[in-house]
Amino acid sequence: MSSTTTAAYDDHGHGPEKGLLRWVKTTNHKDIGTLYMWFAFSMLLIGGALAMGIRAELLQPGLQLFEPQFYNQLTTMHGLIMVFGAIMPAFVGLANWLIPMMVGAPDMALPRMNNWSFWILPFAGAILLSTFFMEGGAPAFGWTFYAPLSTTFAPDSTDFFIFAVHLLGFSSIMGAINIIATVLNMKAPEMRLMDMPLFVWTWLITSFLLIGAMPVLAGAVTMMLTDRNFGTAFFDATGGGDPVMFQHIFWFFGHPEVYIMILPAFGIISHIIPTFARKPLFGYSSMVYATASIAFLSYIVWAHHMFLTGMPVAGELYFMYATMLIAVPTGVKVFNWVATMWKGSMSFETPMLWALAFVFLFTIGGFSGLMLGIAPADIQYHDTYFVVAHFHYVLVTGALWGIIAAVFYWLPKWTGKMYNEPLAKFHFWWALISVNVTFFPQHFLGLAGMPRRIPDYSLQFADFNFISSIGAFSFGLSFLLLTYIVVNCIRNGKPADARPWASAKGLEWTLATPIAYHTFDEPPTRAEILAESQHS
Amino acid sequence: MFFFAYAMVPLYDVLCDITGFNGKTGTVETEKQYQVNEERLVSVSFFASTSPGFPVQFAPKVSSMEVVPGKFYTTSYIAKNTTDEIIYGQAIPSVAPTDAALHFKKLECFCFVKQAFQPNEEVEMTLRFVIEPDMDEWIKDVSLSYNFYKLDS
Repeated sequence: MSSTTTAAYDDHGHGPEKGLLRWVKTTNHKDIGTLYMWFAFSMLLIGGALAMGIRAELLQPGLQLFEPQFYNQLTTMHGLIMVFGAIMPAFVGLANWLIPMMVGAPDMALPRMNNWSFWILPFAGAILLSTFFMEGGAPAFGWTFYAPLSTTFAPDSTDFFIFAVHLLGFSSIMGAINIIATVLNMKAPEMRLMDMPLFVWTWLITSFLLIGAMPVLAGAVTMMLTDRNFGTAFFDATGGGDPVMFQHIFWFFGHPEVYIMILPAFGIISHIIPTFARKPLFGYSSMVYATASIAFLSYIVWAHHMFLTGMPVAGELYFMYATMLIAVPTGVKVFNWVATMWKGSMSFETPMLWALAFVFLFTIGGFSGLMLGIAPADIQYHDTYFVVAHFHYVLVTGALWGIIAAVFYWLPKWTGKMYNEPLAKFHFWWALISVNVTFFPQHFLGLAGMPRRIPDYSLQFADFNFISSIGAFSFGLSFLLLTYIVVNCIRNGKPADARPWASAKGLEWTLATPIAYHTFDEPPTRAEILAESQHS
Repeated sequence: MFFFAYAMVPLYDVLCDITGFNGKTGTVETEKQYQVNEERLVSVSFFASTSPGFPVQFAPKVSSMEVVPGKFYTTSYIAKNTTDEIIYGQAIPSVAPTDAALHFKKLECFCFVKQAFQPNEEVEMTLRFVIEPDMDEWIKDVSLSYNFYKLDS
C-alpha cells in the first residue's frame, strides 16, 4: 500500500514530523522500533530496581527492609515487568527496526496497527505498575499466578493485573501478525525464503509461537477474571473445577513463551558471530530447521514445570523425554556457532564479546534446564534457587545478552554514530563478572535446598546470599554505565561508516549512514540479495 | 487459540477420566465379584483437610488399613460442626499415586453429594470402596485424602 501512496508524491525524501506528536502519530518502522526499545529499556530499569530491593532484603538473613507480603509483590512484579515489559518489547523493537531493512521492504506491512501495538504498551505498563499503590498492594502470587492463590486469595488489584495482561497480549499478537505479514508479503520479490537472514527467520517462527501461545494466556486470565468476579469455578474444586488445570493452561502458554524470549536472540547471535569470525554462518539451513523444531517441541513439553503435581509415571516419563529432545536442535545451534568460529579470523569488538558470552552462559542455563527436566531429580530442585539460577542464566545472560549484543551491533546503523569502544568493553567485563557473581552462587543455594520466593532464610545460606547480593548491586549499577554509553553515542559519537564492521553481511548495511527516514523505496536486486546473503 | 484455552477444560476432564491424572476416584454401581489374591496386601492411608474458614472438624476414623485388592471394605470419617449454624460442605477426594486413582472404586461415599451439618452435630460418614486387582503390582501404598469445601447453601 505504501508504495502506491509514495508514488503519488514527487518528493520521496520527506522526513519525520516535527515535535513530540511525531512519536504519537508515527507509522514509521524505525520510529516505532526506537519507541519500543526505549520503553523496554525503561521497564528494564524499573524491573531492575525491584530486583535491587529483592537482593537488598536477601543480603542478610532475617527481615530487614520489607514485610514478607511486600517482598512477594517485589518478586511478582519483577518477573512480570521483565518478561512482558522488558524482554518481549525489546525484541519487537529490534524486529521493527531490522526486519524491513533486512528483507528490503520500505516499512512494516501494517504500519497503523504497528503504532497501535506500541501505544497499548505504556498504558498496560502503567496499569500494572499502578497496582503497587492500591489498597492491598500489588499482585503477590508470583509471575506464574497459580490459582487459587491468584483467584480466591489474591488482592483486589489482581483485576488490574488481568486487564494489563490482556492489553500486553493484544500488543504482542498484533506485533506478531505484523511481522508475519511483513516477512511473507513485503520481502523483496527477488528474495527467497531460504535467502532470509536468520534474525528474520527466528522472528517469523517466534511470531507463530506468539499467535499460538498468547491467546491461551488471555484465556487463562479471562477464566481467572470470571472465577474472581462472576461466579464461575474453572479453578475452584468446590464447583467442580481443578486448580491443577490452571497450571496446565498456564504452562501451555508458558513454555512456548520462554522460546518466544530466546529464539530472536538465537537469530541475533547468528548475525554477529559470522561477522567477527569473518566466515559465513556454518549450517544456515540446519539453523532454520533447528529453530522450527524447537518451536514445535515447545508446545508439547509444558508439564515438565509440573512434575510435583502428582502426575502418572507415564506422564512424567513422556514429558521428561520430550524435554530432553529439545537439547538436540539447541545443540545443533550451539555447535553451528562454534563451527562458524572454527579457524575464523576472530576479532573481539563489543558485540562479539556479548555474543560469545551468550553462547557460553546460555549453554550453562540450558544444561541446568536439562537437570531440571529430569523428573526424579526435579523433586529435589523444584521451587528452589536452582530454578532461579537456571532461568536467570537463560533470560539474563541469554535473552538480555542477545538484546545488548544487538544494540551494540546495530547502534552505528541506527544512530549513524559510533559508541565509545573502550568504555563499552569495560562495561561488558563489568556486567559479565557481576552477573556471574550474582547468579552462579544461586545454583549452590538451590542444591542446598533454599526455596525461592522467600524474604528470609536459614543461616547456612547466608554467605552465598551475601555474595549474590553484592554481585547484583554491581550488576545493577552497570546499567547506569550502559545508559551513559548509549546516550553518549547518540549525542557525541563519531560518525560511523555505512558498514562499520568490515565483514558484516546483510541488506541493512547497504543503506547509507546516517540512515534515511524511508529506505528501500526500490527493492534490492537478486545480485544484491545474494551478495549480502548469510550463507556462502 | 483463545477458545482452545477454554476447550482445554472439557479435554482435561476427559483426559483425567482416562488416565486418573487429577487423582479423582471412580465409582462402581454394585458389589461385583473380583478375582481375589489373598496374598497381596495394599496399605491404604486416609487423610482429611478442610478449607480455610470451614468450621467443621473433620478426620478419618482410622488412619490406615491393610486391604486385599478385589475385596470391599467399609470405613468412615467423623465430622463435627463446631458452630450454632447449619453448615453446608462438599468433600473432594484425591488419590495418590495417580496410577492408583483409576483402580480405586467407591460404592458409597459421603463425597457423592453435598453435606449439611446441623448445629453442633457430630456425624459419622461412611465410605465403602474396593481396589481393583488389576492395579499395578508396584503400588504398595495408596493415600486417599478428602478436602471439605464450604458451600453457601
